[in-house]
Amino acid sequence: MDFLRRYLASPPAVIGLVLLALVLAMAASADLLFPRDPLGLAGRPLQWPLANPRFWLGTDNMGRDIAAQVFHGARISLLIALVSTALAIVIGVVVGAVAGFYGGIVDDVLMRVTEAFQILPNFLLLLVLVAVFGSTLTTVTIAIGIVSWPASARLTRAEFLSLRNRDFVAACRGLGMGDARLIFAEILPNALPPVIVYAGVIMAVAILLESALAFLSLSDPNVPSWGNLIGAGRSVLRTQWYVSAIPGVAILVTVLAVSLVGQGLNDALNPRLRRR
Amino acid sequence: MRILGLALRRLAASLPTLLIILVGLFLLLQLAPGDTVDALVAQIGGGDPAMIDELRRFYGLDASAAVQLGNYLWRLVRLDLGFSAIYGKPVATVIIERLPATLLLMSSSLALAFAAGMALGIVAAQRVNRWPDTLISTLGLIFYATPSFWFGLMGIVIFSIHLGWLPPGGFEEIGAGHAGLRRAVDIFWHLLLPTLTLALIFLATYLRIMRAAMLEVMTLDFVRTARAKGLAPTAITVRHVMRNALLPMITLVGLQAGTILGGSVVVESVFALPGLGRLAYESVVQRDLNTLLGIVFVSAVLVIVVNFLVDLAYARLDPRVGAG
Repeated sequence: MDFLRRYLASPPAVIGLVLLALVLAMAASADLLFPRDPLGLAGRPLQWPLANPRFWLGTDNMGRDIAAQVFHGARISLLIALVSTALAIVIGVVVGAVAGFYGGIVDDVLMRVTEAFQILPNFLLLLVLVAVFGSTLTTVTIAIGIVSWPASARLTRAEFLSLRNRDFVAACRGLGMGDARLIFAEILPNALPPVIVYAGVIMAVAILLESALAFLSLSDPNVPSWGNLIGAGRSVLRTQWYVSAIPGVAILVTVLAVSLVGQGLNDALNPRLRRR
Repeated sequence: MRILGLALRRLAASLPTLLIILVGLFLLLQLAPGDTVDALVAQIGGGDPAMIDELRRFYGLDASAAVQLGNYLWRLVRLDLGFSAIYGKPVATVIIERLPATLLLMSSSLALAFAAGMALGIVAAQRVNRWPDTLISTLGLIFYATPSFWFGLMGIVIFSIHLGWLPPGGFEEIGAGHAGLRRAVDIFWHLLLPTLTLALIFLATYLRIMRAAMLEVMTLDFVRTARAKGLAPTAITVRHVMRNALLPMITLVGLQAGTILGGSVVVESVFALPGLGRLAYESVVQRDLNTLLGIVFVSAVLVIVVNFLVDLAYARLDPRVGAG
């Protein structure tokens, strides 16, 4: 309760929560409000927003309803962001936990690999992965997860380094507990909070990565994605700039919501750091 | 000398990491459907099996994976990045042609983000929790959440199409035959919008770090001492607080070098700049994996070099690093 009160006391965090609820509502109501295929032909192409009451956000250059694509796009963006963030956290936590728990040569090797991933520009690595494995929804999601894990590995490792010599770990060892149980059932729950809070940052970046990929039409072309729509609107940018402008606002709002909520959680969990 | 030695040792420590990257990329490439010969054959429109085998032998693709890996690494040591079937010249040549535009874009955006982030961070820290601080922090967050390609497109709509102030893309005016200073001015106008676009994403991070670092340093004892001995507030901020608050900013440059390179892929595509990033995009579309790998290798080296420079700068700013 104390945590909730602290969270709600911060205006940016509340704004973030409201915006996130808005995006979630868009994703949830997409099928209800726009039951037809959002990528199907809906009407005359390039109708301005509000010009036709049937398409209140207008139609794009292929005659598709922009509002329908924005609503359905919320689903795809959130789906990709959630799954790839979960993947990044799982990989990062396992690598960081093993490295921090065992130390020594295991730590050295795993941290070198983590460094390798940090040195490679993550968008370039994403391009390589997409070039090799193709760009379907599944491969793009996994690829984003693969390029995003190093930070959570470093966080988990740091936590494990400080936790592994505590008394409770020694006590568990005295009870004859195996390494796997010690790592995942005893130490990990204590190490997890900062990692979970950091998930907000990973998720915000994941949404931006996916939209950039889709903008370059290197993401799955068969799903309604905000980035795809912005890319499609590029060819009519000179006159019908709204085709690219509208989905961009959707991305901005979603990334803003995710980062504000992440920041709010962080502040509420670490009240001492609040003033910064 | 001591500082240089320290930085060089760090540089040497990044070599195993580079090796991991190269081996990893090579193995990844083995998973890719099709090789150089397939791309070549597709390019010339098919060929008979005997010729394809001959080509495989010529490029050393008939050897085992381990031998190929050895060859690949040995070629990299000699800075031979292979041959691009699509561009019809060595990958190294293609990359060197494209490198200047990217380096110019990267360094100017980095400089802009760094300077603006520093200035705004200082202002925010001095008016902490009052309206200038709130305004700056909010703007920073919005910039952070904006996809760079969208920012670039909207910039084109406003400044090129509606106002007609700036060119919508390209590196310089083709065929204008400008030379010397006029050419530099022309390139400046062309790069203004791309630089701004790329810089705005990083501005938020720099300004946040600067603000936090300023607030942190301001509470330290030596600042109170400086104030007690009667120094003017500006002198304290510039000479005592800022210099110390710059350390985390410098660290950030090293951490973000890779992100800026990744961001330039998108920005160069938006503004049709002939740089490394757009080359990466083109080689993905054309399935020119040799070139793509070469770009990744060069980028990794670039990031390592930036971190080396950061180490040097760090030691210069903070004498304790060299002494320790």
